[in-house]
Amino acid sequence: MPPRDRGAPEPAGQRELLTAGDVARTIARMAHQVIEKTSLGASGAPPVVLLGIPTRGAPLAARLAARIAEFSGVTVPTGTLDITLYRDDLRRRPTRPLGETALPPGGIDNALVVLVDDVLFSGRTIRAALDALRDAGGRPRAVQLAVLVDRGHRELPIRADYVGKNVPTARAEEVHVLLSETDDRDGVLLHREGESG
Amino acid sequence: MTTLLIRGAAPYGEGGPVDVLVRDGVIREIADRIDADTGTEVLDAGGLVALPGFVDLHTHLREPGREDTETIETGSRAAALGGYTAVFAMANTDPVADNAVVVEHVWRRGREVGLVDVHPVGAVTVGLKGERLAELGTMARSAAGVRIFSDDGLCVADPLVMRRALEYTRALDAVIAQHAEEPRLTVGAQAHEGEQAARLGLAGWPAVAEESIVARDCLLARHVGARLHVCHVSTAGTAEVLRWAKGRGTRVSAEVTPHHLLLDDSRLSTYDPVNKVNPPLRTATDAAALRAALADGTVDCVATDHAPHASQDKDCEWSAARPGMLGLQTALPIVVQTMVNPGLLDWRGVARVMSERPAEIAGLPDQGRPIAVGEPATLTLVDPAGRWTVRGADLASVAANTPYEGMELPGTVVATVLRGALTARDGKAAK
Amino acid sequence: MKHLLGTDGLDRDTALAVLDTSDGLKRTLLGREVRKLPTLRGRTVITMFYENSTRTRVSFEIAGKWMSADVVNVSAGGSSVGKGESLRDTALTLAAAGADCVIVRHPASGAAHRLAGWLAEAGTSVVNAGDGTHEHPTQALLDAATLRDRLGDVEGRRIGVVGDVLHSRVARSNVHLLTTLGAEVVLIAPPTLLPTGVADWSVGDAGSLVVSHELDPELPTLDAVMMLRVQAERMHGGFFPSAREYAIAYGLSENRLRLLPEHAPVLHPGPMLRGMEISAAVADSPRAAITQQVTNGVHVRMAVLYHLLAGEEDGS
Repeated sequence: MPPRDRGAPEPAGQRELLTAGDVARTIARMAHQVIEKTSLGASGAPPVVLLGIPTRGAPLAARLAARIAEFSGVTVPTGTLDITLYRDDLRRRPTRPLGETALPPGGIDNALVVLVDDVLFSGRTIRAALDALRDAGGRPRAVQLAVLVDRGHRELPIRADYVGKNVPTARAEEVHVLLSETDDRDGVLLHREGESG
Repeated sequence: MTTLLIRGAAPYGEGGPVDVLVRDGVIREIADRIDADTGTEVLDAGGLVALPGFVDLHTHLREPGREDTETIETGSRAAALGGYTAVFAMANTDPVADNAVVVEHVWRRGREVGLVDVHPVGAVTVGLKGERLAELGTMARSAAGVRIFSDDGLCVADPLVMRRALEYTRALDAVIAQHAEEPRLTVGAQAHEGEQAARLGLAGWPAVAEESIVARDCLLARHVGARLHVCHVSTAGTAEVLRWAKGRGTRVSAEVTPHHLLLDDSRLSTYDPVNKVNPPLRTATDAAALRAALADGTVDCVATDHAPHASQDKDCEWSAARPGMLGLQTALPIVVQTMVNPGLLDWRGVARVMSERPAEIAGLPDQGRPIAVGEPATLTLVDPAGRWTVRGADLASVAANTPYEGMELPGTVVATVLRGALTARDGKAAK
Repeated sequence: MKHLLGTDGLDRDTALAVLDTSDGLKRTLLGREVRKLPTLRGRTVITMFYENSTRTRVSFEIAGKWMSADVVNVSAGGSSVGKGESLRDTALTLAAAGADCVIVRHPASGAAHRLAGWLAEAGTSVVNAGDGTHEHPTQALLDAATLRDRLGDVEGRRIGVVGDVLHSRVARSNVHLLTTLGAEVVLIAPPTLLPTGVADWSVGDAGSLVVSHELDPELPTLDAVMMLRVQAERMHGGFFPSAREYAIAYGLSENRLRLLPEHAPVLHPGPMLRGMEISAAVADSPRAAITQQVTNGVHVRMAVLYHLLAGEEDGS
């Protein structure tokens, strides 16, 4: 039975995994990790580009870039990479609208591209993102992955380089990341099936 | 020496039920109660309306030439099941019925089948080409005794040819039945020229193409002192022309099809060619005007224009489809739905438009007679409360192109009697 | 969306979704060397063209191939159709051979509707690439996309459609789509070239439809003008006395181009009869959006195929 005494009142059937404050701290920690692991700004280090995967990967990438700039003084070019046209599960749901693909002005040639997404689950989204990236033109030196939440249950040999929080989940559960740019607040919720929501 | 006792029918739907005794094809007795002798066939007609047998001035039996869609035999069956005791078979067969040989074949074949009196209509012009008169006199004097001539399917468009045809028939005690369509105004036409067809991209068949020919022919008929019959009136404007023409003494009669009483061009939107017909389905306003014209006698009678078509001629795109709908078995229910139930016509009126007036126009001495002692026992028994769902596959015609597929219609023909012989009973033809 | 048979009855939200997808595809492919998306891989698209048309057929073929679909072209001439096979039988044969989508152009109005009915059981989607004088929905969509590119939006704009409206499926499709998107459409033609009762056609609440017989007074009020093809043969049906008289009254000459506001583009579905409905100089001027229309045509058709084939199967 999920504990019900967790601070602010939540709708039944959902559990808050991260509060707004948790989200901010997690992103900050991820920014430090990126700076360190990529040797950002050091001479000889490859230029880093962040590409957020719409919908929520995009504002996440922007926030990550802001934190990175704050902590390192380096402005990392940021863009978005929509993967809708590359999904392998399009026939499961009604027609999806396309998201925005916008590579930063300098392109991605020879860069270390860090894909940014909110939740890593089966890995299929990232696999589609790799296909989209290849077709987008330009040849990155390397591609890495940053996710806010890794909820396990990988179906492909894909792993994230930067993980905000590891959350063990049951397959039937759902993880919802809320960001104020797209939702009414920041947070990460776990939705259990079978309970009223 | 056959005897038939019809028990408990209401002639013309009036008065209490009566028993009608028929012997050797003639009505012998009508009384509140007649006892049946042994050996007398009894037909229980409780709750049924008795009417004189229906006469269809406009049917396509497709034989000779298109026996894959209908034959004189299957068409006769459909007619009998629809309550018809006489039908006039149009001349646009293959070969065309423009000579005594073809009309006598149709006549003889109809008699062989024996389910309905088949009267061949002779063509007005040779090959329906509209240029030269066909041998109208020879056809009239043949065994078929043709009294109605028509190029139906096509219009006798040349005014001089039409004038001569009208004049010539004065000596034959016959009538020209015109399919009114000015061909120059309907080149490539697919559907009624109106908003529906315009939206759907279907070339238009303007009402004036019909009305202008009707007006012209009424003037010609009056000028030469001949009779004129107008086939399948389809527009409110034509009804107005007829009113005007009759008002000044023109000897013109007119028929309307059941589909023009009920259906309109809102049916076009599915592009299903089962709705494609010539003249086309018009607007709801036209249909309403036709119902009123039938009720007040401006339009004299109902004629089915029964037009069987093979499935490959209907199961295709609109412009490739042939025009025409089945009509013999659905005529009475459509008249009940559009005229009787709304109170526009009583059963006397039905007798008038489906039997008496058509028999009069065609000059048939033994059809459309009163239901009285001494008259031929040629009757149709109708259940006014009956209802049935139309299924093209169940109809007697070889073809199945009915626009009423799946519709539930009021009024069923329970039995048809032709000179004392039951030709149809409870949905089954006698042969 | 199961079929695209016309824009009459296509609701605003769906139309905008297709246009937005088209824009998205255009942006995605912009500047790319490899113009290929894997989205419709494994789907089979067959074009059935019973009327000659290189440009539309090629446009659909490119659209399908850029989405990685397998595209097969069937044209009436060399096929069993020439031997008298019915439209219905041909369609059923193609569906049985595995077509997920049939794109049809046919001289009979209503052909696409009938096809959709016959293919209902097979589940094949139908795209109307032009049926008789009835509809040509992808043309209207690419015209709307071009107008959006040039004007920003179609809502509240006044769009002139000039020429043989009576025989034009492009005109009908544009009337329905542009009014759905909130434009005022002005049909300008001689009375003989307008469909019956067109001024009274119901077009929904968002837009409006007016009719005029005179081009010059309307030009300064328009935000865009769409010139329709006029076949010189119509002269023989008595629709207008001569090509000269038609061009004088309704042709878009350079003088007339000056009457058009600066921001207003000139559209034409092609092929053009230079000197008849549009002068050569106007056709080649930067005000003419014709090449943009063709480019948008490919993306719009990609978007249509995406909306029909990429989502979950539904019955609508």
